Amino acid sequence: MPDLLLELRSEEIPARMQRKAAGDLRKMITDGLVEAGLTYEGAQEYWTPRRLTLDIRGLNARSKDVREEIKGPSVSAPEAAIQGFLRKAGLSDIAQAHRHADPKKGEFYVAHLVKPGRSAEEIVAELVPAVIRAFPWPKSMRWGRASAQPGSLRWVRPLQSILCTFGPETGGEPEVIDIEVDGIRSGNVTYGHRFHAPDAITVKRFDDYVAKLEAARVVLDAERRKAIIRDDAKNIAFANGLELVEDDALLEEVSGLVEWPVVLMGSFEEEYLQIPAEVIQLTIRANQKCFVTRPAGGNPDGGVSNRFILTANIEASDGGAEIVHGNGKVVRARLSDALYFWNTDQADLPDRAGLTEAGETFGLDLSKPLDQRMARLHRLGVTFHAKLGTQGERVQRIAKLAEDLAPVVGADPQLARRAAVLAKADLPTEVVGEFPELQGVIGRKYALLQGEHPSVAAALEEHYKPQGPSDRVPTDPVSVTVALADKFDTLVGFWAIDEKPTGSKDPYALRRAALGVIRILVENGIQMPLASHVNADLLSFFHDRLKVYLRDRGARHDLIDAVLATDTANDDLLLIVRRVEALGSFLETDDGKNLLAGTKRAANILAAEEKKGTTVAEAVEPARFAAEQERSLFAAVNQAEKEAAQAVERQDFSAAMAALSRLREPVDAFFDTVLVNDEDAVIRANRLALLQRIRATTSTVADFSRIGG
Amino acid sequence: MTATTHFHNDPKRSFQGLILTLHAYWADYGCVVLQPYDMEVGAGTFHPATTLRALGPKPWNAAYVQPSRRPKDGRYGENPNRLQHYYQYQVILKPNPSNLQELYLGSLKAIGIDPLLHDIRFVEDDWESPTLGAWGLGWECWCDGMEVSQFTYFQQVCGIECAPVAGELTYGLERLAMYVQGVDNVYDLNFNGRDGDEKVTYGDVFLQAEQEYSRYNFEHADTAMLLQHFVDAEKECQALLVAGAPQNGGVQRVIFPAYDQAIKASHVFNLLDARGVISVTERQNYILRVRNLAKACGEAFLLTDAGGYVARSAAA
Repeated sequence: MPDLLLELRSEEIPARMQRKAAGDLRKMITDGLVEAGLTYEGAQEYWTPRRLTLDIRGLNARSKDVREEIKGPSVSAPEAAIQGFLRKAGLSDIAQAHRHADPKKGEFYVAHLVKPGRSAEEIVAELVPAVIRAFPWPKSMRWGRASAQPGSLRWVRPLQSILCTFGPETGGEPEVIDIEVDGIRSGNVTYGHRFHAPDAITVKRFDDYVAKLEAARVVLDAERRKAIIRDDAKNIAFANGLELVEDDALLEEVSGLVEWPVVLMGSFEEEYLQIPAEVIQLTIRANQKCFVTRPAGGNPDGGVSNRFILTANIEASDGGAEIVHGNGKVVRARLSDALYFWNTDQADLPDRAGLTEAGETFGLDLSKPLDQRMARLHRLGVTFHAKLGTQGERVQRIAKLAEDLAPVVGADPQLARRAAVLAKADLPTEVVGEFPELQGVIGRKYALLQGEHPSVAAALEEHYKPQGPSDRVPTDPVSVTVALADKFDTLVGFWAIDEKPTGSKDPYALRRAALGVIRILVENGIQMPLASHVNADLLSFFHDRLKVYLRDRGARHDLIDAVLATDTANDDLLLIVRRVEALGSFLETDDGKNLLAGTKRAANILAAEEKKGTTVAEAVEPARFAAEQERSLFAAVNQAEKEAAQAVERQDFSAAMAALSRLREPVDAFFDTVLVNDEDAVIRANRLALLQRIRATTSTVADFSRIGG
Repeated sequence: MTATTHFHNDPKRSFQGLILTLHAYWADYGCVVLQPYDMEVGAGTFHPATTLRALGPKPWNAAYVQPSRRPKDGRYGENPNRLQHYYQYQVILKPNPSNLQELYLGSLKAIGIDPLLHDIRFVEDDWESPTLGAWGLGWECWCDGMEVSQFTYFQQVCGIECAPVAGELTYGLERLAMYVQGVDNVYDLNFNGRDGDEKVTYGDVFLQAEQEYSRYNFEHADTAMLLQHFVDAEKECQALLVAGAPQNGGVQRVIFPAYDQAIKASHVFNLLDARGVISVTERQNYILRVRNLAKACGEAFLLTDAGGYVARSAAA
């Protein structure tokens, strides 16, 4: 069966968009082919900075004929009805219709229509322009003469050519499928490497296309380009006694910047190695898209070496000496800036006199660089959020809250306060100004350099954690305290100005902040009633996030609902989790299952009677018991209620469950032998009151009616 | 040209030779070679030959050098790479020709950058000028890892869709010259391509000015006066647009002078920003005010002959 080769060649496509675009092209084209009635054996997409390519194998040459029957009127119908039928079926004469018979209707007309299949060429010629026009680029543009008219073609960058051939695998010549989009006419011509092979290349099918591109210095397959870069980078590092610091995101990006990867090594002066490794790596990576290396066998968290690895797009006529020289110059200039930033941040600010007031407000030691930066942050009045005041005001709140929370978490309040006061001090530093993603990391380094307590220094970095479901949760009590204070302040603040997350919109990452609080409390086993920090609405937001968190960890959502429905300590996230766990294990046991069934039965009877308006006694009256099982159930309920309440009080939820489990037998015995709906209304009311006690007792732990199964 | 003058004007030897080579290259293509605009601007894009001429249907090909002033980038002449006054070489081609990338690469070859020796790359860069209400898609052009030009297909200018789209090339001349001359400090650039006593460096020409303007930008500029200048320029711009407003289907009669005031407001804002008297919240507001002026100018330009407006005859 024939193969289809499609290449859309354009000016340089942003690296970050290439992979998805090629995938979109495959999906849109193959979906369109299938919808048009064609089948294919396989489809594979490829991309380089200058082309998206699709290789479809084993495509049918034609779609099948489609037969359709249209039922018409009875053969004895009036002429007007017959004419209407002919128009509908597209027939010119009734003689073209068939006569069918049916025992009920008698004889009637049927049009037998055949929609002939279409050639694959025709389908492709129609499909490709539609796909190009509707292509989902994240950002697209118009260009050239055509852009004078409204509705002109949009593409990520100017589209230059369309290559589209279709033909048998072997033997016969594939032919060009003729397509035109906004003046771009398809053909069988493409171009290789921009500088190494500027001449046109004529291709037949995928196999010679790949080979000819390769000869024209284009590696079509991005995975191969990645492998070449990774392997060559490792080898060149190894040969120099170094190890590549691997960086998958950078590798992906770099592979999207070259068609013919050539890996080279450059270097910079060792004096720059006094800059933190993170800063060197970011400088070289963000600005130059180069990899860094470390000494062979070096600690992965340790320093980098003064050699970096770059990927050129040409085999330079001088072996790459000029390219290495040029890149080295730029890297050096950037590192020289970074070193300047690093040193400036550790020096005194010129305007220390103006910082005294801020120094007193925060209890800062203005002889220290980071303290000066905090004072400056305050004095500059940098806005945190228009309605939530300045960063300085926010730090004041966080420091106060951290001091309050410290005893609950088990942290030294003075250290917690100090850490909170310095938590945002690195924001106005030069290094963080250059690399905002290093906030916290840099604060920690400067804090250690000015002799802060290690826990305080660590908290400057860790109070931003956890940044999501898989990020590490801080454990040092000082970090935990400041992290909680920071997140509470954010959540409470945005709640107060009614900027809550809605649907997919969560611009201030409040869901992440709430999840952070949950993970810190639960994973560190910290009990902390939230009611004194958050209002009811925010608490229910925490409950929602907790449900998501627990569901992700495999807990049943009905158990979470059942626990949250009780009023007992439902503002303490850790206790909620423990209760859900205890309830889950209890329901795994026979006692648990039966008690659940018994409680549900009691609740159902009560609900039915309550609906009918049957009288339920205010309290159970032992004198009105008629059966022994009533008496023993009542005794068991009293006992279980007392024990469960005490256990809950001690936050020993297993013990609470154990207390409830002793209800199982008397409840079963009661339902087996006693008829609740006694004819005597007084006895009935008393028994219903007893059922109410079962419901009330179990609900000290969870609302059993919300539990499924 | 004799062999000697050619030698002195070799773009690898002389800063002015680099400019002359680019002029010759783009003049040869058919651009009108303009002189710098005689007002303070932050970038070559502000020249009305780009901002205004990018609008409307009329073809327009121009090239010029534009001194660009970025008060905040002043470093008292102490930084080898950063200047508060530098040169941009600006090319605008409307509509963009389909081989604009090849034309650009041709210009690099003309100044001595061989693409089989140097690694030339087009790296994604979405350009946006909030003050001009303009954006476009294109690239930073890299030579051996250094950004030497910006390449943009204008999509919108002054808040107006470009139809047709213009291609804009902006070369950072000092950077490019440092690269081709192999110099690490901008002040060491050979300006006139001569040697010995005859040699004039970039520092000879500009170092003192950089020091003085840094003092002015950061220390001495009278902020109260500048704040008043901003308000005055804003008012004048609006008043001129009203004064020149089309009557009876005619054309807008005053646009270039109004646009000058928008440029002035923009530069005054940059000076105020460098003096640190504009708070974070106010900053956005000032940018918006300049953008509103630019938008009004762009819309007015479309009602002029250069903007492609065909006036209705008085009789009709």
